[in-house]
Amino acid sequence: MSIDKETVRKVAKLARIAEPEERLEPLAKELSGILDWIEMLNEVDVEGVEAMASTVETQLPMREDVLTHDYTGGGKPEDIVANAPKTEDHFFVVPKVVE
Amino acid sequence: MTDYTELSLADLRDGLKKKDFTSAEVTDAYIARIEGAAALNAFITPTPDIARDKATESDARLAKGEGGALEGVPLGIKDLFCTRDTLTTAASHILDGFHPKYESTVTTNLFADGAVMLGKLNLDEFAMGSSNETSYYGDVVNPWRRTGDNATRIEAGKVVGGLTPGGSSGGSSSAVAARLCAGATATDTGGSIRQPAAFTGTVGLKPTYGRVSRWGVVAFASSLDQAGPITRTVRDSAIMLKSMAGHDPKDSTCIDRPVPDYEAVLGQGVKGLKIGVPKEYRIDGMPEEIEKLWQQGIDWMRDAGAEIVDISLPMTKYALPVYYIVAPAEASSNLARYDGVKYGLRVADDKDNITALYEKTRAAGFGDEVKRRILIGTYVLSAGYYDAYYIRAQKVRKKIFDEFQEAYKQVDLILTPSTPSAAFGLGEKKNADPVEMYLNDIFTVTANLAGLPGISVPAGLDGQGLPLGLQLIGRPFDEETLLKGADALEQSAGFTAKPDEWWV
Repeated sequence: MSIDKETVRKVAKLARIAEPEERLEPLAKELSGILDWIEMLNEVDVEGVEAMASTVETQLPMREDVLTHDYTGGGKPEDIVANAPKTEDHFFVVPKVVE
Repeated sequence: MTDYTELSLADLRDGLKKKDFTSAEVTDAYIARIEGAAALNAFITPTPDIARDKATESDARLAKGEGGALEGVPLGIKDLFCTRDTLTTAASHILDGFHPKYESTVTTNLFADGAVMLGKLNLDEFAMGSSNETSYYGDVVNPWRRTGDNATRIEAGKVVGGLTPGGSSGGSSSAVAARLCAGATATDTGGSIRQPAAFTGTVGLKPTYGRVSRWGVVAFASSLDQAGPITRTVRDSAIMLKSMAGHDPKDSTCIDRPVPDYEAVLGQGVKGLKIGVPKEYRIDGMPEEIEKLWQQGIDWMRDAGAEIVDISLPMTKYALPVYYIVAPAEASSNLARYDGVKYGLRVADDKDNITALYEKTRAAGFGDEVKRRILIGTYVLSAGYYDAYYIRAQKVRKKIFDEFQEAYKQVDLILTPSTPSAAFGLGEKKNADPVEMYLNDIFTVTANLAGLPGISVPAGLDGQGLPLGLQLIGRPFDEETLLKGADALEQSAGFTAKPDEWWV
């Protein structure tokens, strides 16, 4: 088994998902099952092969650094916060972060 | 009286242009049909009011002899595409109440061409699944059912013995097969267009990565996701793709090259084309019916004048393990945005600090499969494992990519089965090992890793009366040859079977 309960606890913390204590063991089992299966990639000789992140071979397009006039443009604070669970004067409201 | 819902998208388009009928009439017919098919659970949010308004606008344009390529044609939209001011959920609890303030590029393009939206279609949560059983809004049911005693039926108002419509685009495939829309948008990260199409006797086209804009589509795995149509015929897919595709400055991976008239290649045949048959797709435990259908497809192509070439793609068996590193890694990053702050669900009480807010919201908002993939992705990207898993997977991905490049020096298209089985029962694999469910995408996932276009075409029925599909995979940005091949398969297969309407 490649993943134990403590590793699941750590990974869940990194992923910011509250996993109840009783889920850690079953998750360790499930994730290990998947990772054990993935281990078959170790058979492949990847010496000298470049890692591929995208199938699209193209330069990232550049544009002038100015506001555009569509949805991606600026000046729409109401739209930005329209779906937020809690807002105040165009700000997102979260619990106090700094004491 | 004509039943408008029986007409193909192409026939609807032509009839509307000729004013044989109005978009209002067609749209009303579809709305009535959707209301009668609630048992299938294909829609998360039907939008009949929007549809009627848009149909009226289309009719006004059509009356003046104006209108776009899809003017007045009613479509279903997978609920992964953001639609301005209309609830967009990705079938996740965490997007509760999300009404985007913008419109995805794909729906913008379709609406600019006059398409009418009937509603938002159900799917696996964040498109993660192969059976539409991970949706927060419940399973979608396949309109097809087995013949005999174990057939799907309604008992005490509930569907019993229902089959999966496939996933993740199960709402799209179910709705198209049950004639609840003339065509539907869908997305495909590992097979989510082609597998559901195969399970429902419909056509599903995943375009080349970069052919269709991903802007405004809720992201799952950004280097693999690609949107495409699910339709009743190959022609209908060609028509929808033309409207959906095209350069978009808002998606830097969306390639700037002209969109051909895909419909124009239909009927040209496959004479002289070289069609590869990869021996590695003949997997252990594959049902004989799938094997037979594949051979039938090979014979059809040969009889139509294509040359069949045996090819070898030895990296095939590594494609799924690569996928289950790359896709969860990208997903764990993409889904970091759901934090209970900017949109959707927030779960926290007054005493909670911000970390507790994040953790509780995400625990309550994500379903089990989504959590599983986020955890896998977080693990393979974490310090100490990044090289061993993620970088290695990207290197194997390159080898898979290179292998296809090599193959396409010899052949124009590759022919494979779409899926290793016909549709299975809902719940049948629910308690199975997750890996067993993942194996559904064994024939489709390679095209995503290599960025290639693929299409599933209904090719026959199995012994239980369920549809089976054949898949063609093409060269990058050569959807024209892909559609030529698909058209030939469709002609040869002459698939006209339809599900009987047990759900009404």
